[in-house]
Amino acid sequence: MKNRLKTLRAERDWTQAQLAEALLVSRQTVNALEKGKYDPSLPLAFRVARVFELAIEDIFDDGVES
Amino acid sequence: MNSPTAHKEQQNQQSQATVRLALWTAAWLLMMAIAVFGSEFLWPNSKALAAFATVVHLAVGIGMILANKHHLHTLDEMHQKIQLEAMGITLGVGFVLGFSYSVADIAGLLATRMHISYFAVAMALTYIVSIVVGFRRYH
Repeated sequence: MKNRLKTLRAERDWTQAQLAEALLVSRQTVNALEKGKYDPSLPLAFRVARVFELAIEDIFDDGVES
Repeated sequence: MNSPTAHKEQQNQQSQATVRLALWTAAWLLMMAIAVFGSEFLWPNSKALAAFATVVHLAVGIGMILANKHHLHTLDEMHQKIQLEAMGITLGVGFVLGFSYSVADIAGLLATRMHISYFAVAMALTYIVSIVVGFRRYH
């Protein structure tokens, strides 16, 4: 699944460690999320959306057109 | 955003759970050594002491399992996934090897009986390799 995590984090000038702190996950997990190597669970996706104050679909793209 | 305190607290819980798991594992290994070598050298003629050591070893083993479960719960979801995948593969390898050995034994294909510790070593190696592969895949 593609996502805009890296861009959104860069826009806010946050480090991976700061984002990890906000999401209550490890920095390695943030790194894997950004690289698209790991797809988050629904609760984590909601936490990401809350942290960036965006809708989930504005951050994550499953590649399926609605 | 979550407070840095919450994250720090989570990391502390994780560290404590890791230490607790290490201590339970060390205790389990120590009890196994005591149970095995005790029956052989310290109380070779006492069935009661051998039974007691076995029961204590089993009880410490249950403690280790619960500590492992607690440790899993303190990990974040990606690390839980890596651990659970590794444990799943390890369980599968244990079952397949165990039953293949049993089938070969029943069929009379084995010249010598294999010690159960070989299975433990095979499962431990499988777990280590699976963890390394899991980490490489996500990192």
